Amino acid sequence: MPANTANAGYRGVWVFIEQVGGEVAPVSWELLGAGRQLAGALGVELAGVLLGQGVAGLADGAWVYGADKVYLVENPVLAHYRTAPYARALVQLVKQYQPEILLLGATSLGRDLAGAVATALGTGLTADCTSLTIDPETRLLEQTRPAFGGNVMATILCRRHRPQMATVRPRVMPMPSRQEGRRGELVRLDMAFNEAEARAEVIEVIEEKNKAVYLDRAEIIVAGGRGVGSKENLRLLEELAGVLGGTLGASRAAVEAGWLPPEYQVGQTGVTVRPKIYFAIGISGAIQHLVGMQGADVIVAVNNDPQAPIFKIATYGIVGDLREVVPALTAEFRRRLAPGPA
Amino acid sequence: MLQIVVCVKQVPDTAEVRIDPRTNTLVRAGVPAIINPFDAHAVEAAVRLKEKYGGRVTALSMGPPQAEEVLRRALGMGADQAILLTDRAFAGSDTLATSYILARAIETISRETPVDLVFCGKQAIDGDTAQVGPGIATRLGFTQLTYCMAIDAVDLEQGYIHVQRKLEGKREIIRGRLPALLTVVKDLNELRYPSLPALIRAARATITTWGKDNLDLDPAQIGLKGSPTSVRRIFAPPVRPGGEIIPGDPREAAALLVEKLVQTKVIADK
Repeated sequence: MPANTANAGYRGVWVFIEQVGGEVAPVSWELLGAGRQLAGALGVELAGVLLGQGVAGLADGAWVYGADKVYLVENPVLAHYRTAPYARALVQLVKQYQPEILLLGATSLGRDLAGAVATALGTGLTADCTSLTIDPETRLLEQTRPAFGGNVMATILCRRHRPQMATVRPRVMPMPSRQEGRRGELVRLDMAFNEAEARAEVIEVIEEKNKAVYLDRAEIIVAGGRGVGSKENLRLLEELAGVLGGTLGASRAAVEAGWLPPEYQVGQTGVTVRPKIYFAIGISGAIQHLVGMQGADVIVAVNNDPQAPIFKIATYGIVGDLREVVPALTAEFRRRLAPGPA
Repeated sequence: MLQIVVCVKQVPDTAEVRIDPRTNTLVRAGVPAIINPFDAHAVEAAVRLKEKYGGRVTALSMGPPQAEEVLRRALGMGADQAILLTDRAFAGSDTLATSYILARAIETISRETPVDLVFCGKQAIDGDTAQVGPGIATRLGFTQLTYCMAIDAVDLEQGYIHVQRKLEGKREIIRGRLPALLTVVKDLNELRYPSLPALIRAARATITTWGKDNLDLDPAQIGLKGSPTSVRRIFAPPVRPGGEIIPGDPREAAALLVEKLVQTKVIADK
């Protein structure tokens, strides 16, 4: 693959609109919010790219969340995501329209696609960015991401290659507000595909029954760590979550102890969450955990060790035995939230 | 007979890496080097396929001479041969340049016997990019199957592999054409404990070393020169400002906290 170094003429910010079965991954809208800021700083257009079959209607969402334009490719071969045809379509669009920035969600699909597309284009790709800004002097995209398990932050540049590609995890960027009635330009493109080029056939998709997979969209999370001590004590957290209509979460230690399955894990090797309120119960606050939950509006920490690092970042902290504090919280919330006259 | 290549990376144990806040440089002194945990599961998967269908497993790593250690680990787990790609010219390679060098090495291995399967871990724990696997698949034109949590069957006659991919809240059952590149998650298998004879064999094995001259590389596509991304700066992660400790016994503290949450409208009072 030849190195791609000509960047003159590359203009505009693109967001890959990820859809599966006609449902858009919310991270795509979050990226339109981030993309809008970048496009504003650069004085260029913001466009979405939509690939699939029978998905034209999803462009409406892109307008409402800030896109000026949507490039649409529909084909039966694109109905189920497979790397090869999706990558070819995206590569062809980039070569034709030459955006300077291309953003994708760091989902399993987005990462699968981004790695293939960046390689085919011979350009740079920065994974899991937590901040994206424009250097006003050079117009370069400053891509900041955690490295070494979150112990280090690095700002990455892609100086001479275009587009500058980056992925961002779900819930890292805030959801932009909807601008109802906003419309943009739909650019529909015809491309020929054949089934053989997909090289793979999706036989079946099985939904996992576990509810915790929606952790990244939860508004209230009650997370337990090593300090929970036993599976029995986890019941106390379940009761608190139950009263608040919240979801359970876990630190790596709690998952490794077998108290909760890996789907519940918050942090560098788990999911990133952005709830309104995050209860960190018996979680000491290792950096690998903090990087996954620091975006919470309010963090409440309960820990019997007053020196626990979690207290340094928690909005509110209670020092005490969680076997006493958590039931007290549950009782107090139950009293305050008891259904009564509206 | 399956010809399998498994890519392994030596990584620092990331839990130990820190930033020196004064100099803003990485403190790596004394940090243990380990096999990337996902890559260990890739080796295990490759060896199990070889045991089931027959064939040959080549462990491949790029890194400094001491990365030989992770190749010996792979040999101990059952890999048949190991190749270390090491050259000063490779230093500073980002994921694009790294996938180029690894892909050229796999093409070189393929000249003897065509490679059917390449295994990688889903990502490395130091960079967490998950980009090198897709990069190799794209360059080789192999079927790209990421996040594999189960390998159900290999149909060598028809040239297919049946796998299950782990996606968000879903499992995808997929049939891919060979040759294919798989990246694997930890759910795929349990690692074996190498036997003592296997460990002795691994310790004594000769590891093939290839540099840039063994691989017919375009010098513009390797090392720093072949890497479109560069690090502008590294720094310690920002610290979220801390708040207040709520005093009192558990009941008092709970009441005070709930009052604060209701007041700030974080929790609605009904």
